[in-house]
Amino acid sequence: MNSAASMPHDTARQHVSGSARYVDDIPTPQGTLHLAFGLSPIAAGGLTSVELSAVRAFDGVRLVLEAKDLPFTNDVSPSMHDEPLLAATTIHYAGQPIFLVVADSHHTARKAARFAKIEIDETPPILTIEQALKAESRFEDGPRIYSKGDSERALPKALNHLNGSLNVGGQEHFYLEGQAALAIPGDQGDMVVHSSTQHPTEIQHKVSEALNISQHAVRVEVRRMGGGFGGKESQGNALAVACALAAMITGKPCKMRYDRDDDFIITGKRHDCRVDYQVGFDPLGRVEALEFIHYFRCGWAQDLSLPVADRAMLHADNAYDLPHVKITSHRLKTNTQSATAFRGFGGPQGMIGIERVMDHIAHELNLDPAHVRQVNYYPEMSTHAEVRAPATTPYKMEVTDFILGDMTHSLLESSDYLTRKSEVARWNADNLLLKRGIAFSPVKFGISFTLTHLNQAGALVQIYMDGSVLINHGGTEMGQGLFQKVSQVAARSLGVTQSSIRPSATDTSKVPNTSATAASSGTDLNGMAIQAACKTLRSRLQHHLADAYDCPADSILFEAGQVVGPNFNLSWAGVVKSAYEARISLSATGFYKTPDIEWDRIKGEGRPFLYFAYGASVTEVVIDTLTGENRILRCDILHDCGTSLNPALDIGQIEGGFVQGAGWLTTEELVWDDRGQLKTHAPSTYKIPACSDRPEAFNVSLWQGANPEQTIYRSKAVGEPPFMHGISAYLALSNAISTCGVHYPDLQAPATTEEVFNAIKRAQGRAI
Amino acid sequence: MTGSDGVPRPMNACILFLPQLQGRAVRTVEGISGPDGSLHPVQDAMIRKHGAQCGFCTPGFITTMAAAHANGETDFDTALAGNLCRCTGYAPIIRAAEMAADTPVPQWMQENILSKVHASSEGIFCPKSADDLAQWYERNPQATLVAGGTDVGLWVTKHMRSPTPIAFLGQVPDLRHIEDHGDHLRIGAAATITELMQAIEPISTSFYKMLARYGSPQVRNAATIGGNIANGSPIGDGPPALIAMGATLILRQGSERRRMPLEDFFIAYQKQDRLPSEFLEAIELPKKQPYLRCYKLSKRFDQDISAVCGCLNISIKGGIITHARIAFGGMAGTPKRAQTAEAALIGQLWNSETFTKAQEAMSKDFTPLSDMRASASYRVQAAENMLMRYYHDIEHEPVDIRGIRA
Repeated sequence: MNSAASMPHDTARQHVSGSARYVDDIPTPQGTLHLAFGLSPIAAGGLTSVELSAVRAFDGVRLVLEAKDLPFTNDVSPSMHDEPLLAATTIHYAGQPIFLVVADSHHTARKAARFAKIEIDETPPILTIEQALKAESRFEDGPRIYSKGDSERALPKALNHLNGSLNVGGQEHFYLEGQAALAIPGDQGDMVVHSSTQHPTEIQHKVSEALNISQHAVRVEVRRMGGGFGGKESQGNALAVACALAAMITGKPCKMRYDRDDDFIITGKRHDCRVDYQVGFDPLGRVEALEFIHYFRCGWAQDLSLPVADRAMLHADNAYDLPHVKITSHRLKTNTQSATAFRGFGGPQGMIGIERVMDHIAHELNLDPAHVRQVNYYPEMSTHAEVRAPATTPYKMEVTDFILGDMTHSLLESSDYLTRKSEVARWNADNLLLKRGIAFSPVKFGISFTLTHLNQAGALVQIYMDGSVLINHGGTEMGQGLFQKVSQVAARSLGVTQSSIRPSATDTSKVPNTSATAASSGTDLNGMAIQAACKTLRSRLQHHLADAYDCPADSILFEAGQVVGPNFNLSWAGVVKSAYEARISLSATGFYKTPDIEWDRIKGEGRPFLYFAYGASVTEVVIDTLTGENRILRCDILHDCGTSLNPALDIGQIEGGFVQGAGWLTTEELVWDDRGQLKTHAPSTYKIPACSDRPEAFNVSLWQGANPEQTIYRSKAVGEPPFMHGISAYLALSNAISTCGVHYPDLQAPATTEEVFNAIKRAQGRAI
Repeated sequence: MTGSDGVPRPMNACILFLPQLQGRAVRTVEGISGPDGSLHPVQDAMIRKHGAQCGFCTPGFITTMAAAHANGETDFDTALAGNLCRCTGYAPIIRAAEMAADTPVPQWMQENILSKVHASSEGIFCPKSADDLAQWYERNPQATLVAGGTDVGLWVTKHMRSPTPIAFLGQVPDLRHIEDHGDHLRIGAAATITELMQAIEPISTSFYKMLARYGSPQVRNAATIGGNIANGSPIGDGPPALIAMGATLILRQGSERRRMPLEDFFIAYQKQDRLPSEFLEAIELPKKQPYLRCYKLSKRFDQDISAVCGCLNISIKGGIITHARIAFGGMAGTPKRAQTAEAALIGQLWNSETFTKAQEAMSKDFTPLSDMRASASYRVQAAENMLMRYYHDIEHEPVDIRGIRA
């Protein structure tokens, strides 16, 4: 069995027939209760009175809990213990849970929650970057600064200078399955939790803290999520803890799922931010010195904001060799939802900053933007022998696997970039009201958790007497096809047919102490752990057969369900049976830790990543200059998955990533009012791409090349990197707008119809 | 959902009241596979083309695709506009729909499941005629009328309200008929948007195309044009077009009927010229509409509420503008005509200078609000620019980004 086969998702048949179970589909025991939170309508202030008698009296309500009723730790934070499950005295954002209703039905719990009378001594909320800076409202004691060279001295020496500022909007995850959890109490005070989470181990930890029981008394199971995208790395904690608490107190199973509006209003989103830049460059467009200042709105609690903002700094260079660079990052505390992980984890925000700089330089020098990018690239991997010392990133990691030079040549040719660019120019000259634009952008994305100790994974592989194999690992399935890829690794490692392998639900009682399925690392880590377990089992079987048939163990081969030695040819099932009878253990664990990485996040020095994943895209758009309406016409992507484990699943990640990334930068706009209320909290007001928003012409190919690092079958991670191809859609819009006038359009993100309209006026030098 | 016409139509279950299914058959995703478990061609294609990743949206896509497949629809962007997917970027789903398109409809999908349905209407009021409704509504003037339920459904699921009593209007044939009266159509108020589209297609391509962006197929199969008018929303897309076309309303209270131009129905925000127990019975619409153009502006092209909806209808004789009916949604508390702009056009030469002057004049017509959809300033400028777009559109210059291919 070739592990590189384009096999479908492991439960594709269940998906299409509606039989795949998500948390809310799990059959519940009789008497299951349903939960809803009562939320603060105010963004900031002191809680003066919580009057819940009408809620308690509502027909069908069994229990109502406030902060003071919680028996143990009131915290659901993944990091700083600064995130109470229920607000006790202070209100930090509009949408913060204040009380918990436990009722006979989902609808009753939600309806009853509306009868609360809550009084809050309202104080002016800190909402904007400016307000937060003025109030010194921030996480950490001051800004983080990473630098290389001496930008302060080099900036004034450059021949050309530009500065600018780019607002980058946040993004709601809009996983189709909202947050959900189900807790079933056991008979020894233990708790089983089904949670739609990317991080079962953290759910286990938070439930154990809240219930004051040991971690061994909490079992968390996740079969699948209906989408995660980072939004289920920490945001499921509150529901799981609420369910477990209510289950402990009532002795009944308890279930909670957020209604879509509540999901928007309560949970964190992608960090919005502002990126200020000052750049000095030569007449060819080569950057000589560059300074970025990142201002991240982190919301009310720390959550994962520090590593998110760090990763933005680590991607502020993207593909470019910057001799003198300084990146300053402010992590601001605001009275809004606590911004959290979202596909790319800060990387997209960092990357769009430098892509904006490249676009600005090209506009200023009237050069082809693709060419400006190429002259700034890191040296190519193939030229390494020729250069004296490898180029380094702003955080002093050597870039030794750079392949974007070759990839760019290949993509510009296959997408016919130059010809189309002149066609677009001709077309624009003939059209008064509609204008087209085309743009290229590259992606270089660092793979590994920047918190080094998270780069570990465990696996459990069990062979049963009929030869069927059950595999389990710490990774969670959220649609990305992890279970299929890892199953393919297991089938290849054991030399059995694909149908012999069954992946089982992620379960903290099978594989303990797991890391979140995040940072694109799912297959890299868990594939290796599964492979290690399979190698152990295969070796046991080889030694068993070597004894039985008196041949060297390493002469025995496993392939396609057959086991072949110099003097025998057996079926896999037969070998398993004989091994069992010879009392050979048919169950093994596997473990993997990523080698060679080390990172000091305070100094900003080290090797945070094992390798980089690369990609490049060319996108063409058309805009309507009368209204700013726009549409993506075509997109060509060349993406690097190393030696792909499953090309179909990888292409699925790339196509989906592009559309999600383009959505982030175009139609997806989060709007808060001046009191801190989120006004876009439903599908009616928050617009993710629909079917007709995908590029009509959409050409995606995989770069043919193995990962130079020893990853699982030399593949590369693919979850996050393709998201950033969406940047080429933003740049293509900027390109189309720039044909409307002589000024730089200064396009902000998201480039909604209104923002495109405004940027056209800026390009024309007219007031907005 | 399949009704008496035997045509399967996708619906949104979350805003569908059970009585709306009276006399109709429902097929969920569990009924798309064959009785022996064989996959429907769209299911098979979705597996082969990798159209499902997390799988959560998949049952919705499968049912919508199966309905489109049964009806021979191949404009998949339109057919699937009401189903969101956050994982795939849609490309593989469209590939699957294309792959399945030429496969025959399986035998089990052709079975008339409606014949197996035995419905009871006990405990709910489902009038059988407009007369029935008129009598009942006089006795129950506080009642809520539910036609498509695409608005009232949200009162229940989002606002936790329990309206009562309710009359369900889905089974009133004389409220649903669309009749051709030679120079005009008489459109029953309970005609769905899907039904209206069929009647509009030969009359105005532009209005038809805008209706194709009204909600989604699921919404259009439930929502009615009467509901779109009678709920008085300032951002409904039906009224601006119908006003520009010169539509007349027929309102009924008991056995009394009165007629009024549609624009007069809207008095102020959330206030309409409707008496207690009076209901909208029908809309009369002139059929000759060669110069009607409808422009819908929203953040997302499909399935979005308009920031601005502008509908323009201008007649020219001998190079001079003789009539102008211009109506906007999203620009005031009600759907409203741009009377100053209209006056600035009538009697003037048909040229771009005239339209530039009309743009200036239009600043007196509207003072819209800023909200999460658009700022007031953008609304004003975009609405003004729709006048200029109209001029170029009638002059056959490309004005529609949807017509452009790479």
